[in-house]
Amino acid sequence: MPMDPGDIERLIKEALPDATVTLEDLVGDGDHWSATVVSASFEGKSRVQQHQMVYQSLQGRMGGELHALALQTSAPSS
Amino acid sequence: MSDNPVFDRIKQDISENDVVLYMKGTPVFPQCGFSATVVQVLGYMGVKFKGIDVLAEPDVREGVKAYSSWPTVPQLYVKGEFVGGCDIIREMFESGELIEFMNTNGIEVNLQEAQ
Repeated sequence: MPMDPGDIERLIKEALPDATVTLEDLVGDGDHWSATVVSASFEGKSRVQQHQMVYQSLQGRMGGELHALALQTSAPSS
Repeated sequence: MSDNPVFDRIKQDISENDVVLYMKGTPVFPQCGFSATVVQVLGYMGVKFKGIDVLAEPDVREGVKAYSSWPTVPQLYVKGEFVGGCDIIREMFESGELIEFMNTNGIEVNLQEAQ
């Protein structure tokens, strides 16, 4: 079962409450998502650290239940 | 040495080779679009790298995810450091940051003519 986009957004916001999450279904199959995540908690973090924070919020679903999630992360100022 | 033989193996690979790409398939025949993208970027930059096919080595596939706390493959390592997966590499390449990063780390870059 592909993941519901509402669940993806909810999990990210539970870990990063201030985050703005924009999801896009890349190929229309409900299984390949692109997410743009903007959060002040990314400030001063490397890209790897920012992506790791998002992956952690998904609690192990990334790479399993969630097949593909292209990520773009940034802090609000940049 | 750690008590995890797969970690020792990964440490050895990334210390013996300046640029290592853990990927699905081989550089000549990538078996996943994300891996193919990173191969293409490195190819365009003319950067020599060692490709490690995680599909052929299931313990390395799981091991490298744990090693870097990163849930997916491909994973690019330069001089022993994890640089990123497909999204980060593409973003860094498009901004010109990746070429700068390779230069800073003393990795030879030979930009290829677009085909």
